[in-house]
Amino acid sequence: MELIRIADVQKTYKNGVVALYDFNLSIKKGEFVFVIGASGSGKSTLIKMLYREEKPDKGEIIIGGINVAKLKNRKVYILRRKIGVVFQDFKLLPKLTVYENVAFAMEVFSIDKKQIHKRVLEVLELVGLKHKARQYPNQLSGGEQQRVVIARAIVNKPKLLICDEPTGNLDPDTSMEIMKVLEEINEMGTTIIMATHDREIVNKLRKRVIMLEEGRLVKDYEKGQYNDERN
Amino acid sequence: MKGIRALGRYFRDASKSVVRNFSLSLASISCITITLIVVSISIVISLNVENFAESIRKDVTVVVFLDNDTTKEEIKQIEEDLKKIENIDKMEFKTKQEAADEAKEDNEIFETVVDGWTEDTNPLLDSFMLKVKNVEIIKDTVKEIKKLPKINTVNYGEDIVDQLVTVFKVIEKVCIIAVISLIVVTAFLIANTIKLAIFSRKTEIEIMRLVGASNISIKVPFIIEGLFLGIIGSVIPIIITIYGYITIYNYFGGKILSSSLAKLIEPYPFVYLASLLLLGIGMLVGMFGSWRAVRKYLKI
Repeated sequence: MELIRIADVQKTYKNGVVALYDFNLSIKKGEFVFVIGASGSGKSTLIKMLYREEKPDKGEIIIGGINVAKLKNRKVYILRRKIGVVFQDFKLLPKLTVYENVAFAMEVFSIDKKQIHKRVLEVLELVGLKHKARQYPNQLSGGEQQRVVIARAIVNKPKLLICDEPTGNLDPDTSMEIMKVLEEINEMGTTIIMATHDREIVNKLRKRVIMLEEGRLVKDYEKGQYNDERN
Repeated sequence: MKGIRALGRYFRDASKSVVRNFSLSLASISCITITLIVVSISIVISLNVENFAESIRKDVTVVVFLDNDTTKEEIKQIEEDLKKIENIDKMEFKTKQEAADEAKEDNEIFETVVDGWTEDTNPLLDSFMLKVKNVEIIKDTVKEIKKLPKINTVNYGEDIVDQLVTVFKVIEKVCIIAVISLIVVTAFLIANTIKLAIFSRKTEIEIMRLVGASNISIKVPFIIEGLFLGIIGSVIPIIITIYGYITIYNYFGGKILSSSLAKLIEPYPFVYLASLLLLGIGMLVGMFGSWRAVRKYLKI
């Protein structure tokens, strides 16, 4: 079943830079997709459009039945509730504990406190941070912080998890740990799209790889690799 | 139930963030406080001026002197005609004998002179003392009175009344403009202060949006926070208004320039009404400021 369909998308920034050109892509439910490409290839723009931080000038982006390209500002939350987003720079609230940061994503739904408690501990266990629930983000290592972000992203059981270079700030070992968590989440049925520069991870995991170059999709491999021919 | 729980959380979050972001809250609060003090002063001045104006307007008397040869029947007729003029509120007839008696009481010097007058030699004239409803159209009223027969002269202290009317009109307008522009300026000033406060919480708003908070549920806590800031900011101005006004009122004994006309407004319930007004302005301005400030971060 198709979860994401991107058709004829074009995006030009105000300064005239064409970020995406004639872009078409289809992603099925349960897939794990790497998006690779050099800086300026349009990779970030693509990811940002998926969670509606950017709007395309032309074309259609349909995620789980929602036409993201036409979504109004005040309705963005409808999309955001169906997806989880993981960033390179974490975006955790420094004044809240690990537990509160994760619970924060559930509180926006006005869910019952007991239910929140149960589910937050569940996801913290999944990412292996249950014992650090009461600590603050600045007391954690980078890898641990990223795991909190992942916990927050999946706490509402989204169908789609969007990761924008989640391992960009982490060392190789920690990166592999994060990837293990992501694979586990993927196995439970969540579709994952991950933008990355990390050659090692892409080659090791052997998932679908989409390569962007100057705003166009140039390669789309099942079980692909990060080839050396260009990078 | 869901809505009530959400609202409870909004209030809790709002009060928490007033405390958590204390230094920035303090900036917004003092901004509100200072401007509300100025607003309070202009309100007190303008309402008192309005009050003086009103009492002076009520005091203006038009004196209509009748010709010396007016008969009693004619006086009756004039009274009827005067009653037909719309702007005339109250009237009182004074015979020339009564006028002479009054003059005698006023000053001893007149006493011997007045005593020498008889009914025929009394040089004073019979008169009507009139009060008008609207002092601003007094000129037209006087014109109408002058059209009646047997009217000798009509006197209402023309120059002074005209001047007062103009002066009060000007003061009133200035005060209204001052109060309104102060409120508008405050609203934007506070919007900017709160914008600074909110800028430091840009990430928080960004994250709230990312995890799927609707725009309204992001705005509401900030607006409630603005409401709190407005309430806290109006405390000192209210205290100053209440105690300050009562002190001034007592110091002057309720009037200014020892004139019985220029009375100050009675402190009760005036100070309470003024306080309510200040509280209302503070709340509105705080909410408006927050709303404007947070709006910026909810685009895209």
